Amino acid sequence: MPAIDLAKAPQPASTNPAQIRNFCIIAHIDHGKSTLADRMLGITEVVEQRNMRAQYLDRMDIERERGITIKSQAVRLPWRSGIDGQEYILNMIDTPGHVDFTYEVSRSLAACEGAVLLVDCAQGIEAQTLANLYLAMENNLTIIPVLNKIDLPAAQPEKFAEELAKLIGCQPEDCLRVSGKTGEGVTELLDQIVKQIPAPVGDANAPARALIFDSVYDTYRGVVTYVRVVDGHLSTRDQIQMFSTGVRHEMLEVGVISPEPVVSKGLGVGEVGYVITGVKDVRQSRVGDTITTYHNPTTKALAGYKDPKPMVFSGLFPLDGAEYPMLREALDKLQLNDAALVYEPETSAALGFGFRCGFLGLLHMEIVRERLEREAGLSLISTAPSVVYRVVKGDGKELIVTNPSEFPNDKIEAVFEPIVRATVLAPAEFIGAIMELCQERRGTLLGMDYLSEDRVEIRYTLPLAEIVFDFFDQLKSKTRGYASLDYEPIGEAEGDLVKVDILLQSEGVDAFSAIVHKDKAYAYGVMMTTKLRELIPRQQFEVPIQAAIGSRIIARESIRAIRKDVLAKCYGGDISRKRKLLEKQKEGKKRMKMVGRVEVPQEAFIAALTTDADVDKAKAKAKG
Amino acid sequence: MSRPLTFYIHIPYCLKRCGYCDFNTYTPGELKAGSDIAEVSTGYIDLLIAESKIAKGKLQASKPIETIFFGGGTPTLMEPADLGRVLDSLKSDFGFATNIEITIEANPDTVSKEKLAALRGVGINRISFGMQSAATHVLAVLDRTHNPENVIKATNWAREVGFEQVSVDLIYGTPGETIEDWRATIKSALALPITHISAYALIVEDGTKLAAQVKRGEIVIPDDDQTADKYLIADEEFSKAGFNWYELSNWAKAGGECRHNIAYWQGDNWWGLGPGAHSHIDGVRFWNVKHPTTYKKLLESNDSPVLDSETLVAEQIESERIMLAIRLPSGISKASLSGESLARIESYVTAGQLSAQSWEAGVVSLTRSGRLMADRIVREILL
Repeated sequence: MPAIDLAKAPQPASTNPAQIRNFCIIAHIDHGKSTLADRMLGITEVVEQRNMRAQYLDRMDIERERGITIKSQAVRLPWRSGIDGQEYILNMIDTPGHVDFTYEVSRSLAACEGAVLLVDCAQGIEAQTLANLYLAMENNLTIIPVLNKIDLPAAQPEKFAEELAKLIGCQPEDCLRVSGKTGEGVTELLDQIVKQIPAPVGDANAPARALIFDSVYDTYRGVVTYVRVVDGHLSTRDQIQMFSTGVRHEMLEVGVISPEPVVSKGLGVGEVGYVITGVKDVRQSRVGDTITTYHNPTTKALAGYKDPKPMVFSGLFPLDGAEYPMLREALDKLQLNDAALVYEPETSAALGFGFRCGFLGLLHMEIVRERLEREAGLSLISTAPSVVYRVVKGDGKELIVTNPSEFPNDKIEAVFEPIVRATVLAPAEFIGAIMELCQERRGTLLGMDYLSEDRVEIRYTLPLAEIVFDFFDQLKSKTRGYASLDYEPIGEAEGDLVKVDILLQSEGVDAFSAIVHKDKAYAYGVMMTTKLRELIPRQQFEVPIQAAIGSRIIARESIRAIRKDVLAKCYGGDISRKRKLLEKQKEGKKRMKMVGRVEVPQEAFIAALTTDADVDKAKAKAKG
Repeated sequence: MSRPLTFYIHIPYCLKRCGYCDFNTYTPGELKAGSDIAEVSTGYIDLLIAESKIAKGKLQASKPIETIFFGGGTPTLMEPADLGRVLDSLKSDFGFATNIEITIEANPDTVSKEKLAALRGVGINRISFGMQSAATHVLAVLDRTHNPENVIKATNWAREVGFEQVSVDLIYGTPGETIEDWRATIKSALALPITHISAYALIVEDGTKLAAQVKRGEIVIPDDDQTADKYLIADEEFSKAGFNWYELSNWAKAGGECRHNIAYWQGDNWWGLGPGAHSHIDGVRFWNVKHPTTYKKLLESNDSPVLDSETLVAEQIESERIMLAIRLPSGISKASLSGESLARIESYVTAGQLSAQSWEAGVVSLTRSGRLMADRIVREILL
């Protein structure tokens, strides 16, 4: 029986580093990480059978529903090796799996000595997994390649073992084969983690240095900070200090997660656990920062700390203007748990009062919006996402633009936009379609490699703005869902960019302005004017809809004046029915937004700001 | 109780339901009460009389009845003698004004000259035929079975047996109806011996067979602009033939206006007898339970068949006044509207949808094209 009774297992703060193994699992969204983690919790008996539930470690509803990990977790698993019979402590650090959270991933990786590379052997490795694998290799982590889901009929372990071997530089037979579902191979995997991954090394007598790899706000306890102790020791008696800010905090509680929080006396070298200091905002306990003690502080921070920088901006507006204070409150609350989220008030002539929000990427944006709607019960409308532009004006002055409505109308010398290096992994049959898409999106081919006979890795540089605009949806649809995408920012480049304004009766509608490449301005103008012609009801007068670059009109449509707005019949029973309809229409009229003299129903704004892909997603969600 | 009193009498039976109809009506099959409507007639009329006794209890000291209107459903499915019984009862309870107008709606397919004579014989003096269209393909879309020839026969019989006022109902804007079809319908209608025409743009009501066909894409609703054109054509042709508009969808020769309908639009008192019927008595609206069986049960156990009621507050009375008055040539006095309301609708004068001449004279009154915008103008006034 390789599991160890928890009470008899080595205790936190007094565990010899040689007995510790810190590892994470790198896997794509649905490659079975959570199921494997569940299985490990079961086999090591830290969770009793009767308390087990699926995706035990995913705490947020959204995580469970989408099958993704947004916040990481660290679980302490006692294990007796089947190879040498010795007792060990395995710390499994769960990492976020998405490109938007690359920085958080990198900090999680920095807290480990090894990584389990988990790949679904019916699907092969995906782009984001590959990116995280490279990150792990850069961090000098020991990689244990594991093929999951060997129980599936479509499993091709030989094929994907070759692929993994090529990527890591090992032999195909070094790849372990497991099934998270049946548990097959999981015991052996735990033993291999002990055998292959090095024990942590640190100086127990040096001033304390602990790496923050995650920071989570808890309503009852304030911020719970997850740390990996590198040197020295943290104990409840200490006052701790954040290296980046020098701010001192009381230590209220130290403990480990196993997998529920267990209070301990402290944490020693190589150990992974949590600290609670009573701070109420994750920005005071930032991922990547170094914790030391106030009385014996270190002079050397652990490497890698940086402030997360928002890459994508969008305006969020409450559908009901009266909900603006609630939106502010909800954002404030969310920020307690999301150091990467930034926002400031924004007023739109068309949409009223709202906030301009900055996100790490599209998924981050979606998650924030979904949490605001779900947890605060708000109905929101969001403007098309925008990236950060650097605009050099004719007079040499520079301007950072995150909102198309701030794009200057006077003479512009140059506009710079963020550029990313994108990696697409896909079956070779889709090379043509992928290259066509990337080309269309102003991409430059960097290179292409075959991972195996029929799978390729294609690398492009692309403007981030192109990715932000439904690139992923297009990629998925052009490759029947087989392609995966990862990208990282690599700087900025000058672009031939213009602002397209949309005018209703010569009146600009700020929410519809967009910064687009010159060659795509016409297409955007036609798309928006056509869409609005369908969406805006006919008015008493003819309404011209125009798309313009500066004062130059590039597309136009018009909504004919309405001629008939009457119900023909009006007798006895119709009268109260008609009056009630009138009362309802009066309410509807209150929700109309006025653009000049034109009445635009809110639904038209929502529909105009929604891409077809959004509509499909909403439909899929409704079905699911 | 000083307002004029009128009665609406609902006959909730049809032999077959038309595809566009969302009225409270039932076919014998739907009621599972045997297939013979004649069997239903006597018992149903007894219920109407029972309800009229409730009305009598509530309407003490009322004036004599000005108008009565048998609507449906298909009122001509009832035995004329039974209709006569309810009229007799009302006459003895309330009294009839000397010039009382008693209307019945009729399906040109289900009347004979004898039947019409019998209806006239019990005191009914106005008849309104559901003609709808002269184009058979349009009638087919509407699910109407009648042969356009029957309309000619029926209206002539009606005149022959002594109906003073004869009206036809027309529907325009039916899927598949061309402008030419509509012109032909107008021409046929104007050739009839009639004194009154109602013409309605087709409304696709939720829950009808037609709505389902539209939803499935089997039928395409014609463009609103074409329907607007049809209204303008109708108004022009009717006027030329001596039929003047006296309400948005109603035209009559001098003296041929339907006084019962005018009572609705003036906010008079009316009592609706029958399941689902609506009443308006001195600022209170109430309406009966919809299903004939429920209606029957309630009356048989001496309960009120009223389902619900609302007492109109000043704002609602004002909304209704504007909503109804704008549909009439007399329009709305500007003095009765706020300055803000008038400012909001002034652009409709410029656009030629409110009569400039009336506006100068202090009246908000719709022009021919303005009538098509009545609801919009009402919203502008009220918001």
